[in-house]
Amino acid sequence: MSAPAAAPLLTTPLNALHIELGARMVPFAGYSMPVQYPAGLMAEHLHTRQAAGLFDVSHMGQLRLVGPDAAAAFESLMPVDVIDLPVGKQRYGLLLNDEGGIIDDLMFFRVAQDEIFVIVNGACKVGDIAHIQARIGQRCQVIPMPDHALLALQGPQAATALARLAPGVDKLVFMTGGNFQIAGCDCFVTRSGYTGEDGFEISVPAAQADTLARTLLAQPEVKPIGLGARNSLRLEAGLCLYGNDLDTTTTPVEAALNWAMQKVRRTGGARAGGFPGADKVLAQLDNPASLTRKRVGLVALERVPVREHTELQTEGGQKIGEVTSGLLGPSFDKPIALAYVDPQHAAVGTRVHAIVRGKAVPMEVCATPFVPTRYYRG
Amino acid sequence: MTIKFSKDHEWVNAADANAAVVGITVHAQDALGDVVFVDLPAVGTTFAQGDVAGVVESVKAAADVYMPVSGEVVEVNEALRADPSLANSDPLGAGWFFKVKLSDASQLDALMDETAYSSFAASA
Repeated sequence: MSAPAAAPLLTTPLNALHIELGARMVPFAGYSMPVQYPAGLMAEHLHTRQAAGLFDVSHMGQLRLVGPDAAAAFESLMPVDVIDLPVGKQRYGLLLNDEGGIIDDLMFFRVAQDEIFVIVNGACKVGDIAHIQARIGQRCQVIPMPDHALLALQGPQAATALARLAPGVDKLVFMTGGNFQIAGCDCFVTRSGYTGEDGFEISVPAAQADTLARTLLAQPEVKPIGLGARNSLRLEAGLCLYGNDLDTTTTPVEAALNWAMQKVRRTGGARAGGFPGADKVLAQLDNPASLTRKRVGLVALERVPVREHTELQTEGGQKIGEVTSGLLGPSFDKPIALAYVDPQHAAVGTRVHAIVRGKAVPMEVCATPFVPTRYYRG
Repeated sequence: MTIKFSKDHEWVNAADANAAVVGITVHAQDALGDVVFVDLPAVGTTFAQGDVAGVVESVKAAADVYMPVSGEVVEVNEALRADPSLANSDPLGAGWFFKVKLSDASQLDALMDETAYSSFAASA
């Protein structure tokens, strides 16, 4: 998922701020991004869990789909209910290829009956926009928003901090949103995120992003958080990372994302099928025994980090799968992982061996999230 | 006694050639971030210079620990195993990794002194 090596790195509208804050910048999704600030990954992770962290996620792709047929058109690309999503609400979605593999995972928001706001992964955005344009460009306008930055404010004190600047924003509940003026900036705010904590994502014109970020960082609860902690926070929350835990060869059923596929799109539903790869995906939903692999959470029983691509075996030494994300969870304080395993070994409580540097590290299949989520549902 | 440094960002203090102390540098621990795990070699194992003798891991990354000199491991830092954050808080002191009985003390001559290592690390 990396950009061509020769391509010059892009920068976000907050690049000068990151450097001023002493961030360590790394290439990510074709951008120069802050992996951590001087406080370090561990402190940043823990601060987000106990107060509020500000993340620059402007590398992600933002776009609008506009037109009376936009919802129906977008629904034709995903195994997800788009048509019935009420105005003012947000939902998780999955672009699928014709084999049912996941092209990208995304968030979409119903701005109006005839307008949908979509946020996709940075590393996938060029391909996503081309795919959406090619498949439904005749049915609605596909309008990329490269002139917008995206900030995330996450943590149990995020609402307190943001409501001080934008009274009323604390009335939003999880997966809803609206327009707010914050520090004179024209913000579109949703109550959602990628940490498992309460929090917000804020789309703002690029020219106003620096002002907004500095105003947010001036709040006593808020510290800047890098991509390193973003990854450990999302993994503790049991959330998939595209490119690690999801890719074009994994289906939503294999990825244990059944919750993202509403009944109306499943066999027997009023709008069943009609999305790319529907035959395969619906067959897997209807007959789970046909699955050859399934995503699970794992906790190590020894304090040895187990990282992506680590082979998993039965206690008897038979290969049953592979880790796709893994690290020592800073809040959970144990090594955790997401992995794909043979469905026979996917039940919670199953013991498996991770082969780390030739040695077996015992792990146990466990339910996710690893750290309880604290979304604000009103 | 001077400390010598390798291009792989280890340091070795050979004040006692029968128990030269090896650890990772300030630069190395800073690049890794918060260390959460170390894998130390078994006492009695003999390694050649450049062999992988251990592993050091932060939340975000894992790195091999290379032998800066050839020799036999005679002691490992159990306190570091129990509290890997010592590699961050005191990398040149309490955060040492293991001690080595040197098999070829002349290898020390080719390692960098502190001044040379500082400019090497700054340009790395």
